[in-house]
Amino acid sequence: MSGFCFNEENSKKFEKLKKRYPDIKSLTLPGLWLIQEQEGWISLEAMKYLAKKLDLSEADIYSVATFYTMFKLEPKGKYHICLCKTASCKLRGSQKILQKIEKKLGIKPGETTPDGKFSLEEVECLGACGNAPAMSLNDIYHENLTVDKIENILDGLE
Amino acid sequence: MLVKIESKNFDIKNSHKIDTAIANGRYKTLDKIFDLKPESIVDEVDKSGLRGKGGGGAPAGKKWKLMQGFEERQKYLIINADESEPGTFKDRQIMQYDPHLLIEGMIDTCYAIGATKAYIYIRGEYFFWYNRLNEAIDEAYEKGFLGNNIKKSNFCLDITVHRGAGAYICGEKSALLESLEGKRGHPRLKPHKKEPEWFFGEPALVNNVETISSVPFIVDKGYEAYRSYGTQKSPGTMLFGMSGHINNPGIYEVPYGVSMKEYIQKIGGGILNGKKLKAVIPGGSSCPILRGDEIDDITLDYESLKEHGSSLGTGGMIIMDENVFIPEITKNLLEFYHHESCGQCTPCREGVGWSDRLLYKILSGNATKKDIDTILDIADLMNGKTICVFAPAVSAVLVSHIKKFPDEFYSLVK
Repeated sequence: MSGFCFNEENSKKFEKLKKRYPDIKSLTLPGLWLIQEQEGWISLEAMKYLAKKLDLSEADIYSVATFYTMFKLEPKGKYHICLCKTASCKLRGSQKILQKIEKKLGIKPGETTPDGKFSLEEVECLGACGNAPAMSLNDIYHENLTVDKIENILDGLE
Repeated sequence: MLVKIESKNFDIKNSHKIDTAIANGRYKTLDKIFDLKPESIVDEVDKSGLRGKGGGGAPAGKKWKLMQGFEERQKYLIINADESEPGTFKDRQIMQYDPHLLIEGMIDTCYAIGATKAYIYIRGEYFFWYNRLNEAIDEAYEKGFLGNNIKKSNFCLDITVHRGAGAYICGEKSALLESLEGKRGHPRLKPHKKEPEWFFGEPALVNNVETISSVPFIVDKGYEAYRSYGTQKSPGTMLFGMSGHINNPGIYEVPYGVSMKEYIQKIGGGILNGKKLKAVIPGGSSCPILRGDEIDDITLDYESLKEHGSSLGTGGMIIMDENVFIPEITKNLLEFYHHESCGQCTPCREGVGWSDRLLYKILSGNATKKDIDTILDIADLMNGKTICVFAPAVSAVLVSHIKKFPDEFYSLVK
């Protein structure tokens, strides 16, 4: 028993959120987000903890956590790159950006660098079609990407 | 051609801050609505002919009227900000540059339908916009525009922003509600007659960000002012968008009914690198594709697009130049749909993946004509046989791409 629990800040956030919904079940997604914010990913232990808090079965939480692609069910890199691969980004050259990242970091989509610094994922439409190609880096968007721009972004990360 | 109704404040510096927003006309309708009867606002919106701008185009007023007659119940307004349709990026402009327009529209709407609790369901990827909305809502609470006894009236309203987590299907309103109730985003069976949506068993109205952002103008200026834009059946304006091979990609507000060709040429600045237009997907990837030579007579409204065998959808056009090989785009979109099918109905869960694999086979040169026939068969089997419109949309994508560009598909098979 590793005993996951919310830190003080997240406990407060959780209690505050409770008042915003007519039924505590609504807190499944916000709860999973809080776990991910705190730990960087969502472990089975953390899911059990949330199930107890929401008075739901562990299976309920697991079924939700596995449905939504943004929930990470294993640890990812310190910098998690989500590169958009859908139509508008493809038309504006997302493939070249992907090749550049793959070459620079030595990883393919779905992989993490051995030092745990970077992980790469190809994702579906980010809703940044007007500024394609686009990616999200730890939830922050970078748009109108070029091969030079991606090089600078990656070089600028500690 | 360009108009500034919803986008009026987009170019103003710091337009997302409440003081700038107020100085530029936001929250003006709050001085007015509490002296009006809620039903009269519903009537005004109904008469304006405002149509849902999230893709469906259903008349908003009719939907609002479904909320009447539940006066003893807790009612909800739920804003669909789960903008995930490929080619669509309009709601984020509102949330980025004028979040107070959305909040004002929500207050007007909630007062009209008698809702005292509202949620904005925003896609998980839009983290920046999630924060921006929360900041704007905090500002609105501080000014007394949200919370208890708004503007000294008896009206109370709380707005909460709820973050999705990367499921396209949650843009379908009943899947969105399931998700908001803490479950997997599985669309619900549709009732046999018109009724409100239900959130934990209580009546709920689900509307798109842009639809609700159109409300303050109607409340302020009246339905006739709104109807002075657009066409008889598609009144008003919309934030149309362009992406792909276009010189000026972006979101530009025009009245319904302008020529698609002129929109692309004049506002979009024509095709990138002076190339020829090969195809347009008119309103998000789920709308049937149109060939470049088909768009001459098309105007940007629901009726015109329907007449030409496609649909207006979300108004986000994907523009493709002469060098694009359509089967590759079809494959790209099928990968999207394969990833996003929620898996609840068998025809969709199996059919989308199966067509995706067949397209892979076709593109790798190992397919025969029979495989194209199989795709068309699958499209037929997916159409109208599932709980939501996801599978029919995929079906329309497959059929339209193959029918509009048969040579390119048949050139790949033996």
